[in-house]
Amino acid sequence: MPTKIEKDAFSGRDTTGHEWDGLKELNTPLPKWWLWTFITTAVWAVIFCIFYPSVPGIHGYFKGVLGYSTRATVTADVAALAAQRSQVLDKIKDVPIAKVRQDPNLMAVANTAGRIAFANNCQPCHGAGGEGRPGYPALAADRWIWGGKLEDIQQTITYGIRSGHPEARQSQMLRFGVDGILKPEEIASVADFVSTLYGKAKPSPASAKGAAIFAENCVACHGDNGEGKREVGGPPLKGAVHLYGDTREAIIAQVTNPRMGVMPNWNARLDAATIKSLALYVHALGGGEN
Amino acid sequence: MFIRHETIEKNAILMLVLTLITISIGGIVEIIPNFTIETTIEPVKGVRPYSPLELMGRNIYIREGCYLCHSQQIRALKDEVERYGHYSLAAESQYDHPFQWGSKRIGPDLARVGGKYSNDWHYAHLIHPQALVPESLMPRYAFLAETPLETKILDKHLKANRTVGVPYTDEDIANAKKDLEAQANPEADTDFEATLKRYPKAIQVPGKPGEPTELDALVAYLQVLGTMADFSSVTPEQLNR
Ligand code: HEC
Ligand code: HEC
Ligand code: HEC
Repeated sequence: MPTKIEKDAFSGRDTTGHEWDGLKELNTPLPKWWLWTFITTAVWAVIFCIFYPSVPGIHGYFKGVLGYSTRATVTADVAALAAQRSQVLDKIKDVPIAKVRQDPNLMAVANTAGRIAFANNCQPCHGAGGEGRPGYPALAADRWIWGGKLEDIQQTITYGIRSGHPEARQSQMLRFGVDGILKPEEIASVADFVSTLYGKAKPSPASAKGAAIFAENCVACHGDNGEGKREVGGPPLKGAVHLYGDTREAIIAQVTNPRMGVMPNWNARLDAATIKSLALYVHALGGGEN
Repeated sequence: MFIRHETIEKNAILMLVLTLITISIGGIVEIIPNFTIETTIEPVKGVRPYSPLELMGRNIYIREGCYLCHSQQIRALKDEVERYGHYSLAAESQYDHPFQWGSKRIGPDLARVGGKYSNDWHYAHLIHPQALVPESLMPRYAFLAETPLETKILDKHLKANRTVGVPYTDEDIANAKKDLEAQANPEADTDFEATLKRYPKAIQVPGKPGEPTELDALVAYLQVLGTMADFSSVTPEQLNR
């Protein structure tokens, strides 16, 4: 096959010199800009390989002139962030929580830290504003199961509730129905009585019978008048806000085979300053006690 | 000196051979170093194969396509570590076949969701996410609570994983059914202690006795995510290798 470069009469361009079955091909080089872009990227790749971790070797890999490592960088970044924050957060950690509350500067930081940590960790159970959800108590109201003082809240958050942590807040309602402590009729009457506490029913002969059963079985945890007992985590029954619903069926279900709320211990995930900030934030949501 | 490209272009066999050689150089450079390095996995303690219930839950996670909205990989970036905790290690997905790193985050990363919420929360959330998180885009998976978990070929699931390198022992396989039942039912008279010895940190879920559902399995799986690795067993230097 002859390879002779000719000039094409029609376009005025050179041919490649190839000829296949009488067909000749024009030599149309790649556009210059494209070629140079290609060469630049190739050169860039070589430079990159020199400065950054790149070529694998027999033992390990070439670490690059800069010695860059993603993991070392993130470790340093996180440490730098912690150091920067520690100026204030260390103070929050070391000062007694009641003192933090009196210091507007510390409080400003605690509030922000608390708000962010709340949105990240607490909102899915307690609601965005701490308004509560079925099964998850409101934190913005002045109705507390375990206590609404700063220290109470801090302790609850740190160790959790029935979380499995040895210092967790712990209490067990008895399984009055399942374990046969009360007969179904008795449970029905006590539910009638609790309904009066909930403000859902007027006192009646049935509820009077229930009151006696309540006095015998329930006051130890729920208080003489159903006002709740914080030492044992018995929630208040008096009033209109309840964890597990306010119908008679809900009460019967609870007394028969109680549900018991679980909250994780946050000391496994959050540092002490963040937990303290959270306690201050929750306390300030509206229900904090002094 | 050089083979003229005309010669190559006109000789299909020669072109094939030269193509093969060129491609193998790339392959060899990438593969050979892996044979000489003892392991590319960090020496972190605690990562174990999934318990039978967790493994079945994982299958449901895959079947339902949870990975289309959730990643399981905390990248080594400051913001991610701040929000989700320690960045993910290769060691943590060493028993995942296939891994669930994912590439899309319509929902949050789940690599360390284990222990973040209670079992109750996961049940309620999977059944009806919007009841707990009103603005949630997550679909409802209530049907999982009514679908009995298929356990007929449980041992085959473990064996299949063993074939691809997960170190399930014969004992693990023999006890698979018992372990599954113990983990799915805290009330029954089962030996969960023995299960815990085989699968430390496994979390019991409140299934109905004798009839675990797909939801039970899924929650058991979610509750173990990211909790296995013991970060005190490994130094930053070892991780930065
Ligand atoms: C998995 C769901 C869940 C998450 C997440 C959660 N909680 Fe709770 N929390 C609960 C439950 C359930 C209770 C009530 C437990 C009970 O019934 O005694 C509770 C109770 C509390 C209480 C005690 C309320 C009282 O009346 O005494 C406080 C304070 C509290 N949570 C704060 C927080 C904070 C702060 C966070 C975030 C760091 C958080 N919770 C995250 C489930 C959760
Ligand atoms: C050993 C302590 C204890 C005893 C005794 C007890 N309870 Fe409870 N009860 C609790 C605890 C703890 C809870 C809260 C569970 C939780 O926080 O999730 C509770 C919750 C309840 C609730 C649900 C409250 C709500 O907000 O939805 C009702 C109703 C109730 N108990 C009724 C009774 C009745 C009626 C009796 C007596 C027959 C009784 N309890 C005896 C500890 C007890
Ligand atoms: C359409 C996308 C989508 C799909 C599919 C999806 N999710 Fe979600 N998921 C979300 C969104 C959005 C959130 C955040 C809001 C919320 O908590 O509901 C979320 C939150 C979660 C959370 C809570 C994470 C946290 O840290 O708060 C868990 C656990 C979860 N999903 C599990 C699952 C499982 C298991 C599946 C598969 C059965 C699944 N998701 C499928 C979108 C999705």
